[in-house]
Order: sequence, then structure tokens, then C-alpha cells
Amino acid sequence: MPGLGTSFGRGGATVWLPDLVNADCILIEGSNFAEAHPVGFRFVMEAKERGATIIHVDPRFTRTSAVANMYAPMRSGTDIAFLGGIINYILTNDRYFKEYVAAYTNASYLVSETFKDTEELDGLFSGYNEETLTYDFSTWSFERDEQGRIKTDPTMEHERCVLSLLRRHYARYTPEMVENVCGTPRDQFLKIADTLATNSGRERTTAFAYALGWTQHSAGVQFIRTAAVLQLLLGNIGRPGGGIMALRGHADIQGATDIATLYDLLPGYLPMPSANRDEQTLDAYLKTNTKKTGWWVNTPKYVVSLLKAFYGDAATKDNGYCFDYLPQLIGDHSQLPTTFAMKDGVVKGYFVIGQNPGASGQNAEMTKAAMESLEWLVNIDSYENETVSFWRREGADPSKIATEVFFLPGATVLEKDGTMTQTSRLLQGHDKAVEPMGDSKSDAYYFTWLIKRLKELYAGSTDPKDRPILDVTWNYESDDPHEREKGEPSTLKVLQEINGFNTATGEQIANFVDLKDDGSTAAGGWIYTGVCPDKQTNRARSRDASGEYTAPNWGWAWPSNRRTLYNRASADPQGNPWSERKKYVWWDESAKKWTGVDVPDFPATKAPNTPANPEAGGMDFHSGSDPFIMMLEGKAQLFVPGGALKDAPIPAHYEPVQSVVQNELYSQQSNPAYGRYDRTDNEYNKPVDDRFPYVLTTYRVTEMSGIMTRYVPWLAELQPAAFCEIDPELAVIKGIKSGEWATLSTALGEIEVRALVSGRMRPIRLGGKKGKGKRVHTIGVPYNFGNMVALARGDSVGTLIPITLDPNVSIHESKSLTCNIRAGRRPANQRDAADEPVPSSERSHFGQPEGAWMSAQHGQSQKNEGEKQ
Amino acid sequence: MKTTIDLTKLVPGDATSLGERVGMLPNVASERTQHLKARISGAKAVTSVCCYCAVGCSTLAYVSDDGKLLDVEGNPESPINAGHLCPKGSALFGLTVNDQRWTTVKYRAPYSNRYEERPLEWALERIAQLTKKTREETFAREWNGKRVNHTLGIASLGGATFAIEENYMLGKLMHSLGVVSIENQARI
Repeated sequence: MPGLGTSFGRGGATVWLPDLVNADCILIEGSNFAEAHPVGFRFVMEAKERGATIIHVDPRFTRTSAVANMYAPMRSGTDIAFLGGIINYILTNDRYFKEYVAAYTNASYLVSETFKDTEELDGLFSGYNEETLTYDFSTWSFERDEQGRIKTDPTMEHERCVLSLLRRHYARYTPEMVENVCGTPRDQFLKIADTLATNSGRERTTAFAYALGWTQHSAGVQFIRTAAVLQLLLGNIGRPGGGIMALRGHADIQGATDIATLYDLLPGYLPMPSANRDEQTLDAYLKTNTKKTGWWVNTPKYVVSLLKAFYGDAATKDNGYCFDYLPQLIGDHSQLPTTFAMKDGVVKGYFVIGQNPGASGQNAEMTKAAMESLEWLVNIDSYENETVSFWRREGADPSKIATEVFFLPGATVLEKDGTMTQTSRLLQGHDKAVEPMGDSKSDAYYFTWLIKRLKELYAGSTDPKDRPILDVTWNYESDDPHEREKGEPSTLKVLQEINGFNTATGEQIANFVDLKDDGSTAAGGWIYTGVCPDKQTNRARSRDASGEYTAPNWGWAWPSNRRTLYNRASADPQGNPWSERKKYVWWDESAKKWTGVDVPDFPATKAPNTPANPEAGGMDFHSGSDPFIMMLEGKAQLFVPGGALKDAPIPAHYEPVQSVVQNELYSQQSNPAYGRYDRTDNEYNKPVDDRFPYVLTTYRVTEMSGIMTRYVPWLAELQPAAFCEIDPELAVIKGIKSGEWATLSTALGEIEVRALVSGRMRPIRLGGKKGKGKRVHTIGVPYNFGNMVALARGDSVGTLIPITLDPNVSIHESKSLTCNIRAGRRPANQRDAADEPVPSSERSHFGQPEGAWMSAQHGQSQKNEGEKQ
Repeated sequence: MKTTIDLTKLVPGDATSLGERVGMLPNVASERTQHLKARISGAKAVTSVCCYCAVGCSTLAYVSDDGKLLDVEGNPESPINAGHLCPKGSALFGLTVNDQRWTTVKYRAPYSNRYEERPLEWALERIAQLTKKTREETFAREWNGKRVNHTLGIASLGGATFAIEENYMLGKLMHSLGVVSIENQARI
């Protein structure tokens, strides 16, 4: 999310999914689009039919690769080296989109003289503190003149301008380096780089699509940043058939980020107040978080409106709109640090709702062990899962576990009303089809019941700490007598509150430009303002797909129903389309406004020739040709200053924390700022550890999500059990046959899964001073299973994955690890292993090795070759 | 869209067009077959959204007159999925209608080795009491001389699988309790 946010301004996919058909080229990397987002993939196939070139870069040859025009293998975790290589190719060969880069990015800005790059400091940027493992960001800044204005060189030739810095920084990311580090053959790499450049510019656009293959790394945010830098250099952001498509995993993961159930965010990307910053009062908080220039000058309106939505009449100007009701952060309270806090006895009560960390959590055995320290666990779900039943997992002794456990039956999506935000920021309502089964209730019911009961339990309290509970508004009673009688609240009323209303008249607010910081408006999530513009309208439920392909009346996309973000950049600085072929949003001189097939992501009547006013604040600081309205200067950021990202202002390649090779580029092995837990219950495989010589990567299969599919008979029949995918050569080396058991190990533990010997996995060869011709095998394990319950089951790969934290979002590294593998079952189950037949349900699936290109015999000869190398 | 095929021009045994002919060739139907109707014929269609990945496929849930779920199909009107669903989406029926679902409260007492059935109201009351108790025991007003008004003793996990309205309510509820460890799958 911050990868996109710090580059462009908002933490969301820049693309409207159906717009992929307009691409001339689509690079899919960090995603198995065809299998993980099958229906969305139809737009890729349509683009291909229209003549687009589809490129897939991935450690595995998947169904996405099978239908792509080009496929290139790479070693998992080396995407920055690969994309950095393309950046180098684009800059060296002068194939970047000069007018776009000069006008719309910070390429011409001069970087401070005190800044030192990784090329000078062998893998570190200036300001690194080896004791705290963090950076001081003061040198990550731009040079300013006497008036405090950023110095620029419009020719982009100054040696300290951002573009020159990029040239130097990526100069060593040559095709040879890419081949040595990523294992991608040079000719394939060059063909891809050329294809991207050829399909970008005025007349053509290239789109990028990624998913968790880019995020789940110790430098995950930087992977996405590299893509952002490349797409900016190619001039593809904000244009039809361009952009970066972030393919999110869960149905409402974008919504759960927007209307944040995340520790560090309030709804609408407002930061949670922290005791580590100067944010003790509303004034101090607003001073810290209100930007002087760009759209975030409006922060006070959104914060005060949020507080009014939360605390209603109790929130007044005199009491700072109850700002002090909000708890303050003191550190990283995200899931994985919280898991350790639980193990250490700090967390006593845990609500887990529709998530199954007992199977899908990293260090899954430790996660379940941590729950033993809880006094109570409340789980809302539709099915028994590895989390709620942690106390009866293998090896646990229930008679020693004091935790009180509650399972509350949850309604499924078909049993309740609500709205979910899909991967292109599109809000779509779902209507209740049937009554919840048995005693099942919506999550909204449980949250409502709990707050109402707590209000009763705290009634009469005069302790200030209880005021938030007593004052929080909860006016969601359903107008439907049937639902009201059952205690089910009205989600429409909740959405109307998120949208916002006038606190005096109760009228809905139609656009966030009408929100105020004086308490006269309330809005729970300003970016969603406009979805319920009046009491009669819920645009998340508009279901008219007619008109332009942008389908403006099908659902509603934030912000303000804009489908492609930053679409001002689809026109040149003068406001004309870059080309007739790529016409999207442009300035209509006669009507004096922006027009096109989408809602302009720009002030509607601000002319392209409007000069910037350097004396002014807010939007007037931007000129009429600054498309990135959320940014301070209105430009997209090739260089991210000031520590908005904690590990790098421009991405550099580091090896995964657990890697089979040393870093070829720098002596700095892994991301210097990643978060680590050196504890006996979270042991890491050391880099280049002979005990763990193979790369381990994880992914999901089409037919499974997690607990929501493992009980569904049709799906369990298709994907009955956990498995690992290994290449035929490794199968021969290890004596592992398809369909039989294999045991995978890391320093953390072991799992046993069925082996699937498949030509989709192929060994690659590394080079250079560190790679030295090393032949690397990758083992893939689907991340869908758990071994306690359901029809489809098997050991969770989470058991093998230690907890690391990306420095920006605390995401773990689950896509690039190291492991070992052997034939057979793990010790606890070995006695059963002897002649146990493969169940017939599994036999059809785990047949002979796929990919007849390499028979077992052939694999043997390759093995010998590998040993010679 | 229906395709009309001129049946007189089909060549018997032409394997290449067999696939296109499925269901289009005249076949001998029994009296009973001729009067059979699709299970969803005449059923109410309710518009929903698939709850698996984030593509956001629109679905039609077909419901019988007595309120039973009959089937879930892709919504042909949607500009996103145009009626298509993947294997998971096609199996949405089995997520809701499934005899392995837990549709009642399960309670596991401390040190017990089994679940017990308990009334919903009892469980909710107990949860409210425990929430208050833990909050009282762990509430911190200050940290390093600064007001924090929070509890680290309670945490919440989940959000990406349920509605934005419910996410909003959960955040509002937890923040009002002083809970700061609020997380969902977005980092997962």
C-alpha cells in the first residue's frame, strides 16, 4: 500500500480492472493472475486477442505463463534486481517518456548534497544506525533555495537531479547482473525490456499486474516501488491500458484497508494518533498531519468529521471533538508483534473474526502456542478452524490450557446485507438472499450487541476512560421490522454514516469537498463520501452496466467514482490527449472544464495553463499540469524523500532474509531495516545455510482459499490435500515420487505433504562472484491448508515460516525462504507411512509428473550435470 | 446470447463440431423430461458479490418461495464478470448450505477437552463481562508521561472477509474500548 501511496498519492490500484483490455502490453509479475484471479484474467485474455503482448515473470511456470506471449523464469525474491535491470535498460537506451517524466514526476528535483546512495555506501543509504537497525532520514531530502523552494533542473542533466541519481543507482543492474542474480537468461530479459519500452510512450501503454508475490517479502514495499518508478519512467500511470493493477487477495481487503481495521490507520488513510509523535491534542495532531500543499491540506475537515461520526453530540469544538477519546499507539501493534505479545502474556483477550491464523499465520505453531496464554478467545466464523480449536491441536494438552474459548456462528455473505470494496476500489453492495442458518448472525449483529451491553455495564461511570464507550454513537437500528426484531442492524445506515451527513439537518453529503472542520459535518470515512449522496441513493447498489466501458453506474469507486486514478496524466501538460489512440480525460477549452470517459481525478475547472502559486497553500500550490493531486508538489515521486518509506528512497536489491546466495550487488545482504525477532521460538535459517539448500515459495491454488473453501465438498474433491511442487531433477536427487509423502524442514520445524513432481518447477542457474554457477531448486507449497479440520487438509506451510517484518507495513516474508526436503513422513507419522495407499480421491490429481519435457531419466542426467557445475 | 445452428447442415460424425452441438441436436426426450424445469426456474434471484478473491464478481443467488437457497450463478449483467465465476465462486452454494457448518455457539471451558453447546445470550453476556474485566485490568492512561488511554490486553484480528460497514463498526467499537491492536489480512 505505501509502495503505491508514496509514489502516486493513494494506496490503491491505479487501474479499473476492465481497462486492462486497452493495454498494448501487460507485465504480470508477482502474480499467478490466471489461477488466483481467474475471472479478472479474462481482461488479460481479451487484451491478448486485441493484439497485446502478455508477459509473465515468475519462479514457476503456471497457467498464466502458459497463455502468455513471453514467460521468463526468475529466482523468487529478486524482482528489484529484475525491474531495476529494466530501469537501467530504459535509461541507458534513452527509451523513457521524456515529456511525461519531466512534467509529471520529481525527476528534475535536485537531491541534497548530503545524501549518499547505496552505490557509495555498499548497500546502505546515508543515515543508517547499526544499533537500532533504522535510518535517520534527514539527508533523504531535496535541495532548496533561500525561499525554501525545491531546486530543479528542467533539463534533468544536473548530476544530483533525481534522474541522474537513478542512472547511477541502477547502472550496475545490467542484463548480465540480472542473469547472475535472478537466473533469468539474458536474451529473455532483454526481449522483455525492449517489449515494455516499445509498448509505452504517446501511442501505446503497458499495464503492470502484481499480487502477493510482490508484497510478502522483507522489502515488499520496495518491490512495488520499483514497479512504480518503472511505470513512471515509461509514462504509463493515469492512462488507459496503463497503470499498476494491485490484485488483492480477499473480497474486502481494499475496504478493510480503506475503512481501516489496521492498527495504524483510521478510516480514510488518516494516521492513528501515536504517543511517539507530537499528537497529544487535536491541534497537535492536525499540525503534525496536515500538509501545507496538495490535497492533504484538507486533513482537519476529515479528522473532525470522523470524530463527529464516532462521538456525535459529545464531540464539540471546546473538547477538541473528543480527540482524546482515541487511544494512542506506542509501537507496532500489528498482527505479528501482537502474536509475540500474546505469547508473552500481554494480550489476554482476542477477537478473531473470519481469519484463521492457526493455519494461515506465519510461524503457525508458535501462533497457536501463543493462544494458550490467552484468558479468552472469541472467534466469529462459519466453520470450526485451526484457530478456535488451537487447544486440541497435535501435541497440545488441553488439561493445561486455561483459555476460555467462544465460537460464535457467523452468517455468510449470502445471509446478510453489506458492501465490499474490490480490487479496483469499486464498492459493490451484496443483498441478503436467505436467513442465516441456525443461530448464525452477521458480524454487525455481534459488534452491536457487544457495544450496547458494554454501554449498560459502564452506565453511570464518571471515569473519563469510559466516556468513549458511553458516547460512541450507534444509531443503526434497522427500519425493517423483521430485522429489527432479530437485532440485526441496518448496514445502510452505517454506510450513510461513513459517507457523511450534515450534523444539523441530517442530510447526506454528496462530495467530500463539502466536509467541514467546524463540527457541522460528520463522515466516518471521507474517501467514501459520495457513495450515499442522499438518503434515497446507495450507489454501491447501482447496477446499470450500460454506457462507457468504465461502467460509471455499476457500483461506485472511490474517490468520487473515478475509475482510473491520476487520469489528468492521460493528457499532456497542455491538456490534450497524448495521442488520439490513448484519449481518456482531456481539457475542453470551449466548456472550460476537464472531460472524457471517466470522472477527472483533478479539480474539474482548473485549466491546464493555471500557473502554480508558490506562495499559496493547498491545491493552488499546484499548477494546472500537476496530475498527482495528493502529493505535496503535485508530482509523482521517483525519489521518496523524508522517510515516508523507512528502508529506501529508491529501491535497491537485497536478498531475502533466508536466501541460498549472498548478495551479488552489495555487501549488505538483506534489507538493513527489516524487523526481526531473534527468539528461540522464531528461529531463522541463516543465509546460505547448507542445511537448507532449496528455495521455498508459497502460493494459492484456484480451487481453495482457506477455511471458506476447505469444507466445500466440490472444492475439496478438486484440491483434497496439501502438497509441494518440486522439479523432476530434485525428485530424482531426493528419491521423491509424485503422490508420495515428502517432509519439508526449516529451523522452525517440519511439515509433511504429498509431492507433486512437475515440470512447472525448473531449476535455475545463478552466476557472478556470489552465484558461481550454482544450480538452484525451488520448492512450491500452496498456502491454503491446515491439518486439524475440514475436508481438504494438510500441514500448513506457515509452520515453516519465521516472522520477519517489512519495515513499512510489517508484512512477513512468505514468498522467498529456504528449506530442505526429504522423502517420507515426519517422525510423528512415520509408523503409518509404510504401505499407506494414496486415497483414490487424491490419486487422479497426483498422477505422473507433469511436463513431459523432462522424464525422471532425463532428470538424472541433469543432476549429474548440476554436480559437475 | 443464443446461437442458431442450421441442423440440416451438420455432418454426422463430424467430431470438430461435436462440442458446439451439445444440447442443440434433437434428442429423444421422455414425457417427464419434456416437462422438467430448471431448479432455478421462477425462483427469486438476489444480487450478491462473491466473497473469495477481490475481483468482485457479481452473483445471483436463487432462492425458493420458502426461502431456501437453490443455487448461485454468475451475474451476466456485471461488467466485471459478465456471468462467469471461477471454481470457488461456482461453489458458493456449498459455503452457505453445508451440514458441516457450525451454526450454534460452541464453548470450551478452561482445561476442558471438549466443546459444549451454550445459548447465544449466555455466551454474549459472558464475552461482554470478560471484555470489561480485561479492559479494567489492562487499561493504561499514560505511557512515558504521555496520555495513551489504551489497552494492550485486548486484540482484534480480521476484516478482509466481511463488509466495509462491519469493518467500520469493528473499528469504532475497538477504538472506543481503547484497543489499538486492530488488524486484518491486509498485511497477510
